[in-house]
Amino acid sequence: MKKRLEYKNHQREIFHFRLRLVVSIGFVLVLLAILVARLFYLQVVRHHHYQTLAESNRIAIVPIVPNRGLILDRNGVELARNYSGYTLEINQSKVKNLEATINDLSTLVEVTKKDRKRFKKLLTESRNFETLVIRNRLSDEEVARFAAQQYRFPGVEIKARLFRDYPYGDKMSHLLGYIGRINQTDAQELEDSKLAANYQGSDYIGKTGLEQSYESDLHGTTGIEQVEVDSGGRAVRMVSSTPPVSGSTLILSIDARLQEIAEQSFGNYRGALVAIDPNNGEVLAFVSKPGYDPNPFIDGIDTQSWDELNNSPDVPLNNRALRGQYPPGSTIKPFMALAGLNYKVRSPEETITDPGVFYLPGSSRQYRDWKAGGHGSVNMFKAIVVSCDTYFYGLATEMGIDNIYNYLFRFGFGEKTGIDMEGEVSGLLPSAEWKSKRYQDIWYPGDTVSVGIGQGYNLVTPTQLAFVTATLANDGVAYKPHLVKEVRSAQDEEKRLIASEVLYDLHIDPKHLDLVKKAMVAVTQPGGTAVYASLGTPYKIAGKTGTAQVISMKQGEKYDAEKIDERHRDHAWFIAFAPAEKPMIALTVLVENGGHGGGTAAPIARKVLDYYLLGKVPKALRVEEVKEGAEHD
Amino acid sequence: MIRRVILQRLVAHLDRPLLIGIGLMLLTSLLVLYSSDNASWGQPLKQMTNICVALACMWIVANLPLHYLMRTAVPIYFLGMALLIGVALFGEISHGARRWLDLGILTIQPSELMKIGVPLMMAWYFEKNEATLTLTNYIVAALLLFLPVGLIARQPDLGTSLLITASGFYVLFLAGLSWRIIGGLFVAGLASAPVLWSMLHDYQKHRIMMLFDPSQDALGNGYHTIQASIAVGSGGILGKGYLNGTQTHLDFLPERTTDFIFAVYSEEFGFAGNLVLLSLYAFIVMRGFVITGNASTYFTRLMSGSITLTFATYAFVNMGMVSGILPVVGVPLPLISYGGTSLLTLLLGFGMLMSIETHKKLVKT
Repeated sequence: MKKRLEYKNHQREIFHFRLRLVVSIGFVLVLLAILVARLFYLQVVRHHHYQTLAESNRIAIVPIVPNRGLILDRNGVELARNYSGYTLEINQSKVKNLEATINDLSTLVEVTKKDRKRFKKLLTESRNFETLVIRNRLSDEEVARFAAQQYRFPGVEIKARLFRDYPYGDKMSHLLGYIGRINQTDAQELEDSKLAANYQGSDYIGKTGLEQSYESDLHGTTGIEQVEVDSGGRAVRMVSSTPPVSGSTLILSIDARLQEIAEQSFGNYRGALVAIDPNNGEVLAFVSKPGYDPNPFIDGIDTQSWDELNNSPDVPLNNRALRGQYPPGSTIKPFMALAGLNYKVRSPEETITDPGVFYLPGSSRQYRDWKAGGHGSVNMFKAIVVSCDTYFYGLATEMGIDNIYNYLFRFGFGEKTGIDMEGEVSGLLPSAEWKSKRYQDIWYPGDTVSVGIGQGYNLVTPTQLAFVTATLANDGVAYKPHLVKEVRSAQDEEKRLIASEVLYDLHIDPKHLDLVKKAMVAVTQPGGTAVYASLGTPYKIAGKTGTAQVISMKQGEKYDAEKIDERHRDHAWFIAFAPAEKPMIALTVLVENGGHGGGTAAPIARKVLDYYLLGKVPKALRVEEVKEGAEHD
Repeated sequence: MIRRVILQRLVAHLDRPLLIGIGLMLLTSLLVLYSSDNASWGQPLKQMTNICVALACMWIVANLPLHYLMRTAVPIYFLGMALLIGVALFGEISHGARRWLDLGILTIQPSELMKIGVPLMMAWYFEKNEATLTLTNYIVAALLLFLPVGLIARQPDLGTSLLITASGFYVLFLAGLSWRIIGGLFVAGLASAPVLWSMLHDYQKHRIMMLFDPSQDALGNGYHTIQASIAVGSGGILGKGYLNGTQTHLDFLPERTTDFIFAVYSEEFGFAGNLVLLSLYAFIVMRGFVITGNASTYFTRLMSGSITLTFATYAFVNMGMVSGILPVVGVPLPLISYGGTSLLTLLLGFGMLMSIETHKKLVKT
């Protein structure tokens, strides 16, 4: 009985399952019917409609590339602009014998070997059915000559395009960067950030500098044109269109003239200069020497020129202002002094006697002052003015690395400033924790001694040092540095100001500030380390010199600039702000292998300050101005 | 003589009708890929490698006896769950979604594994509790389904999560879930649609809206739909001929070797070609149903039914998407689209069908 019940159950179950199976088959048949119906509708009923569309697909959707936004300096001088020109393009699917066609074309317009090489490269990278550029920047005459013969070349056409141009060449290269052809990596990034649709038809994208950092503003919005095209691919009729929106214009806080003067003041030296308005964080000059001409990069630089730039010992492609990391040397002393005052380690009046060498208690290792024999009796004020190393060795040791780290970190050392350019690096402010992580080693008292005078593990970028100098000049109120002052929309002339953003206020005791600033003014007065910087100026400069060691000296060895290779000479620093009572500009100058800061870096700073505060143009440049003026006429 | 015996041994567990159907499909795939890839051998050759690997795996699975298949259910499911949780925690983000897990040598997409893992686990669970099936069992089975689906939907990968839901639902349905509950679920689904809508990501909403008005976004997502419809429609009754699709070769069609390959086929072979292709699909599906009908155990019935229905669903969803009646979700056309992972999953499924068909006799005796 029981067995029968089970058997029956099984039968019932099979029956139920079969029923479900039949329903499933019915379900699949319904899906099939839906598809057949839909395909019948598309391919039979509406075939004619789609046939027409395909033939005139040809109702092509043509993206209209927006004009790239201009880049102007704070006074409206064009730094990056567009000019219209003609390109000769070949539709590879419509030309049977490319080689022969190109040979034919070269009888009408000049086609160089380089052009052919580039075309071949494009050909291998492209898919079929794509139009490729064979010649850029045709002259008017060439356009006319080709237009007369165009009937001979089906599939070859002339297109009007806008080209990017950087009139200042290598003077603004690290600031502006450049645009270049969209490569596979760029295309993938656009795809990932869901921007690919807006880049249809666009060939270029910002690669470095502000062109890269402000890409989204500069590019604009791509327009759409639905056009009917005949079988030859020529537009016959426009069906509908949405116009493109040009990219926004960038108005920089940079003063082009100031930048030029700064640039040229370097002469043949390598280095960097960053000048900031301490009252709002606007960057007035942003120089990295040597620069490079960004113009050849736009359409792909040829291999030889690239190798030259890339392998040059001067590393012109390195943005030293943003990414160069150097020991701050003695420029760190004013900040170290503020830290000492803050932690009440030494009072301003406290004096030490400097024998020219410093010993840690219980150690025989010598830490020498830069001046053999020492500076005698030194208080804090004098220590800054004469850049007394022994004083700061002691001060740093008494403060300890933890206090130094905490204070300087708050000031902005060891951290990116947040300047509006991609690729900034953070420098390095060492701490005991950092050392144990990096070297699995404990922090020795000797490490603190070196940090006290800005050597050892310490690293800063010129931008960072300019930023902290501006913060000091502005009594501890830090503004975020920014290169762009305003983004002006092309559509509605709407201006978006890049706000001057207060990052933090350090609330430094005014008495401490007063002492350090006065000492920095004395640095540029007789008796200081940068006396030439302010010789005969009607305004007061507060400054501090520094030297960053490139190679370290052995115990007991003497540094002799004459004896060592030029590239191993010390880097020269000068930080300054002026007028000292009410600072309008703060700057940092770095001269690579420039030796002593007062000798090479300070004179450059002086020229920049003179122009900015007095409108004085250095003699050497005045001649050129006349020449340039003549050119413009 | 010995050679023949060996040969017979080799093909003993391969179901001939299914093998023929799959073989024809794969040949078609290579043909269409050659055209889609602008008459180049690049992708067809790569796909050939994928096919060899997938066929070998299918052969192995087809030769595994049933109890082996059942034994794999729990480990596969829990491995899949562990990987899915791994993805949620440390997955690679690409295209705004977290779907891949980087294991150093290879990156894997665990949701693909769950396409088989979920129905396998559910079928196993029903088999274990066959004698005393109550509503609680259905609820537990539903939980087995919705845990992985929830994780996949969060990635977000709406397409895959919906399709796995479908494959799990088929198991529930074939296991005999009462019509009343199915009706109730249907109504509840409709009622919760507005809530679900609000939970969708913007781009997902966008794609669904695109169905109603593709011209809204003519350069972006709508472009795919518009161009695919033109390709299909302009194919007409007989098609434009092999390698002659203008939409394809003038670069109007996007993703034409993967998700939109059906448009290439439709354009070149027309309505007639489509009828042939649909017949091939129908043939494979019907063979699947026959195997399901003959299956000897509860587990194999559920498993083969779900595999067959899921295959049909994939084909329908892809062709529906290309012909503009379903939103654009990233589902390849089964057996035709370029891609190794989806092919492998499919052929593993077919391997199971073959095993179910060829091992049942052994079980019966």
